[in-house]
Amino acid sequence: MRDVAVIGIGMTKFGELWEASYRNLFVEAARAAMLDAGVDRLDSMYIGCMSGGLFVGQEHTGSLMADYLGVAPIPATRVESACASGGAAIRSAYLEVASGMSEIVLAGGVEKMTDVDGGMATYALATAADAEYEGFHGATFPGLYAMIAHAHMAKYGTTSEMLASVAVKNHDNGSLNPYAQFPAKITIDAVLNSTMVADPLHILDCSPVTDGAAAVILAPVELAKQLGVPAIVIRGIGMATDTIALHGRKEITHLNAVEVATQKALAMANLTIGDIDFCEVHDCFTIAELCVLEAMGVYAPGKAGPATLAGETRRDGKFPVNSSGGLKSKGHPVGATGVAQVIELVKQLRGTAENDRQLKNVKRGLAQNMGGTGGSSVVTILEA
Amino acid sequence: MAQTLTARVWREQPQRYRMIANRCTRSGDIYFPPRLVTPGNLNAEFEEIQLSGKGKVLTYTVIRVAPTPYSDLAPYALAVIETVEGARLTAQVSDIPVEQVKIGMEVEFEFRRLFEDNEASVIYYGYKAVPV
Repeated sequence: MRDVAVIGIGMTKFGELWEASYRNLFVEAARAAMLDAGVDRLDSMYIGCMSGGLFVGQEHTGSLMADYLGVAPIPATRVESACASGGAAIRSAYLEVASGMSEIVLAGGVEKMTDVDGGMATYALATAADAEYEGFHGATFPGLYAMIAHAHMAKYGTTSEMLASVAVKNHDNGSLNPYAQFPAKITIDAVLNSTMVADPLHILDCSPVTDGAAAVILAPVELAKQLGVPAIVIRGIGMATDTIALHGRKEITHLNAVEVATQKALAMANLTIGDIDFCEVHDCFTIAELCVLEAMGVYAPGKAGPATLAGETRRDGKFPVNSSGGLKSKGHPVGATGVAQVIELVKQLRGTAENDRQLKNVKRGLAQNMGGTGGSSVVTILEA
Repeated sequence: MAQTLTARVWREQPQRYRMIANRCTRSGDIYFPPRLVTPGNLNAEFEEIQLSGKGKVLTYTVIRVAPTPYSDLAPYALAVIETVEGARLTAQVSDIPVEQVKIGMEVEFEFRRLFEDNEASVIYYGYKAVPV
């Protein structure tokens, strides 16, 4: 397998984008990524999307997007792994370039979530859980993560303040990201006094419903040199699965797919977690960021909450997490999220993060994308 | 759950109405709902069992923003419950103020009406947990 680099990035603003359609969201991001890379053709593309069917009544996304991006007849495939669809699309594109089958491959992600009402959006997202044995009984995504949070609190003494500190930190980062849906800074009191969605998670513990798209262009490292664009190299990529239902886990607070995907990506890169300078993780809910950092081995089980409250994961902390604002502040168009995480790594590694968001002296970054309650996860390691 | 045809409903009835599980005859592991294979054993043999309907709450939440089929019921308590046989499942905890649901609480399952699909005129039934 040959070395593969990210040579172009593009994304839409994230938010409630009433003027933008499913297809135009994707085309805007894909066009920006192609212009950024300086390429005028693609050999193939993969599009992460969780549920075109339930959100906009549209399947056959590969054909639609190839048509409207003007790149038909190239092969184009929709990739679905719930909220990890974007990460899974990058993995598919990586394999196609690394194998030598194609030269220039686009990996994108898109979700148009605001064409349905809140109840339908909640229902559509809940299909990432076990539809017959969780969703059928009234489980929602905030509800499932809330059950992880209660178990984490009972086992390790994690507090609502610790959870809130994740949201406060991520909004502080997002306030510097021009693409963020909710760039407002918030306080711990604001989180604790916000409406309860599923005890113990308040609405400010939850990532929002978002429209948006993101795209990256992958190519062999040699081609990046020929094009004269910065090559941010994919050093490792790993994917893993776990039980679809939360209740199927031996340990409710442990995200095994995250642990396994991280170990696979690190082994491929011949690195340890200590070699990583910063990361973007899947903070769909505040508790998720803590459980992910513990599953990745950044912190021992139960230690991520106190560390976050102490500021260790802020931009100026010893291990910056979610400098983009994360899903919490930047927004979470589910299919696009995994790609947008990789875009933040590329910006940081190129040294082009907007405003005061740029991290100092970073060489390697890790993106962790997650489906459902951890039923799947994709981890990607990039190096400048 | 809109426009679900009846086969999808009656297919799950043994599990939902009578809590039928299966047990791997070699490992003794219990699966709810019943499975066709076990991890690492494509030729697993099973015996059917009926769960006793008694268990305890491993973790819980109170759903205050509900999905469409349950929007009229919120707030309701939802829990991961381990049965005395060792099976784990997700169910609502009913017949108790939601604030009183706690980790470690003992419950038993009852056959209850879950929700109604007005479009298809179907009423869905299944198990809910209630305090012992």
